[in-house]
Amino acid sequence: MRYGAEIVGVGVLAFIALIGAALGVDEPFRQHMWVLFFTVVAFGALLMRNTTFGPKQPVDQSIYMDGPIRYGAIATVFWAVVGLLVGVIVALQLAFPDLNVEPWFNFGRTRPLHTSAVIFAFCGNALISTSFYCVQRTSRARLFGGNLAWFVFWGYQLFIVMAATGYLLGITQSREYAEPEWYVDIWLTIVWVAYLVVFLGTILKRKEPHIYVANWFYLAFIITIAMLHIVNNLAMPVSFLGSRSYSLFSGVQDALTQWWYGHNAVGFFLTAGFLGMMYYFVPKQAGRPVYSYRLSIIHFWALIFLYIWAGPHHLHYTALPDWAQTLGMVFSIMLWMPSWGGMINGLMTLSGAWDKIRTDPIIRMMVAAIAFYGMATFEGPMMSIKAVNSLSHYTDWTIGHVHSGALGWNGLISFAAVYFLVPKLWGRAGLYSQRMVIWHFWLAMTGIVIYAAVMWVSGIMQGLMWREYDEQGFLVYSFAETVAAMFPYYAARAFGGGLYLLGALIMAYNITRTILGHQREEAPIGGVAHKPALQPAE
Amino acid sequence: MSERKIDEISGVETTGHNWDGIEELDNPMPRWWLWTFYVTIVWAICYTIAYPAWPLINSATTGLLGWASRGDVRQEMQVAEAAKADYVAKIADMPVEDIIADDNLRQFATAAGAAAFKVNCVQCHGSGAAGFPGYPNLNDDDWLWGGTPEEIQTTIAHGVRYEEDEETRYSEMPAFGDMFSREEASSLAKHVIAMGQGGDLTGPGAQLYADNCASCHGETGAGDQALGAPDLTDAIWLYGSSEAEIIAQIRAPKHGVMPAWQARLGDVTVKELTVYVHSLGGGQ
Repeated sequence: MRYGAEIVGVGVLAFIALIGAALGVDEPFRQHMWVLFFTVVAFGALLMRNTTFGPKQPVDQSIYMDGPIRYGAIATVFWAVVGLLVGVIVALQLAFPDLNVEPWFNFGRTRPLHTSAVIFAFCGNALISTSFYCVQRTSRARLFGGNLAWFVFWGYQLFIVMAATGYLLGITQSREYAEPEWYVDIWLTIVWVAYLVVFLGTILKRKEPHIYVANWFYLAFIITIAMLHIVNNLAMPVSFLGSRSYSLFSGVQDALTQWWYGHNAVGFFLTAGFLGMMYYFVPKQAGRPVYSYRLSIIHFWALIFLYIWAGPHHLHYTALPDWAQTLGMVFSIMLWMPSWGGMINGLMTLSGAWDKIRTDPIIRMMVAAIAFYGMATFEGPMMSIKAVNSLSHYTDWTIGHVHSGALGWNGLISFAAVYFLVPKLWGRAGLYSQRMVIWHFWLAMTGIVIYAAVMWVSGIMQGLMWREYDEQGFLVYSFAETVAAMFPYYAARAFGGGLYLLGALIMAYNITRTILGHQREEAPIGGVAHKPALQPAE
Repeated sequence: MSERKIDEISGVETTGHNWDGIEELDNPMPRWWLWTFYVTIVWAICYTIAYPAWPLINSATTGLLGWASRGDVRQEMQVAEAAKADYVAKIADMPVEDIIADDNLRQFATAAGAAAFKVNCVQCHGSGAAGFPGYPNLNDDDWLWGGTPEEIQTTIAHGVRYEEDEETRYSEMPAFGDMFSREEASSLAKHVIAMGQGGDLTGPGAQLYADNCASCHGETGAGDQALGAPDLTDAIWLYGSSEAEIIAQIRAPKHGVMPAWQARLGDVTVKELTVYVHSLGGGQ
């Protein structure tokens, strides 16, 4: 029977959810377990509709396993739209506080919904699906573990649904980017270990003598995220049938553990993983060799070694001892060049193919992504310098910084990868429309530039207002006055984010039509090919 | 497989690897990149020698410069405090009336009070001290507990209905609940409105007012600052001026709480706040 074991497993999970819904010790936990129950039951029904009792078909081990990647590409686009939409909503909530709808949709709950939807749902799905695509092709091996890759995909979606609905129900352990409570954390740990097994298993059975550089980065990302996730979420539940837990850490140790996690979520999820993506898709799309093998080795090991120590720069001028702050800062400065190694290798790979920026919108998106990567990884070390940080810390400058990284680097490189993948995964001749990719590109670029510029201005203004003293040494502005001064910038930020969202909606339409097999009639990009005038014979 | 060849476009040799069509050039690391990387490492080592950095068993290296963030703050605070020391010493010794009488001291105390107000008071009274429903406006001369410097100081120092402070201002209007019928409550509210806006003061509410309210709010409704009983004849209403809002306040009065600030901010800051609030326009 097809899916026999899976249906039994889903049934057991549904039963556990039902027990939780019935016997849970707090109301949010019971509600959350009902959400789990109905989600799992719906998935079980889907499995049962697709089951057959015929003889088991042998799986052809010589072809690549692209099913989970197709689903992953769709999930990437879907969660991108969701995450960006919630982002625009939270931006509007900051500008217009009346949009906070109690209790489920106030800022405190929608903000982690936005960050998790973008980082874990959108970027996470992009990473999982591109890593599965890349590792099979660069290892010349089918994904290891049979249906385990499907478990990774669906298990990860369940994690996203549980995390998101938990936030809206008010279930949080209040750790930034690690808000889900203990039972969702345990589920993610199981899924993540399965992911590691699939990825590492595929590498181990590779038919290539060497491991491609993209796979080093993907592997570093998977292993380190597992370590960070487990250590930062060490906690004791109040009840095994309740939604509350208490962290094993307290005080400044707690803060340091949290930012060791938080910074490396950026470092390994949004940097190392995405460098893996870059190292596969940029040379593929450009049709050029990677610029320097030696640079990739050195900057890989330097990045992996240095990133993990940089977290304390999130805690400058706090109760964290001076020595830890100093180390966090100097490691961040040393991280500058290892980060830029990736940028150099990405951009220089295009040497010999620069003309494609004019004609290939996907290359254009990749180049912009790498440029934003370079800017963000320069801005980051700069902001870790204590003197700069004393102005920038807690201001919107930080928000602008992460968004030039997230929208510019992670967003654009993921979009480029999706545009690359979808026609290949569904066997289409090309995208439905190249011109829509250009529209997407310019909307996204305008959105990012507005967003980042506005947040620089408002962040620096905020920092200066907070520290403004008159000649007698008295504070000039109350906090509420600095908040009121932010309004035009918050409104402009929501507009910039809206443009970016609009671009993503165009992508969703373009991708949907591509999957359906449609092709739009349009003129080639870059105008008509230039014909050299005939020269008279000498 | 591992066959090195020359890339035609760049003229550089490849490493001979090939993954899914991806090859690698054997370019050296860019020199500027490598040297900048070295410089950041050397700089990092020097910085960690100069500043507190390396953890030891029980402590950490303190750095050659002897810098510490707490020492830094202490020093800045000392400089700031030294600059104000003369004024602060005088303010500590003088009653608020005398501070207000001295031009220099008044200017200093007003600025200091304004700064303290921005940190501690604006959350309820607003950035411009104009208040919100339930939180008194401090710009007018309608004082619940008195508007002389001494009275303002007492209110700030000990708060209102703040139970942790034994000397806190305390008043509590009884909740009349269902003691009045609907008609009685309405006529009483109409009487209260008429006291302020002019109108019929001989209605059925007049007797109810005289029996139940006049003892605190006064015969004419002018209130009593000694009791903290609000003036009902002016146009300033803490909880709203409509008949329905007044009835609600008669049946189940809301009572605001203001914290006592003496213990938290100290005598000097309370005096400075007093001077500032007194200067806002309604000081007596």
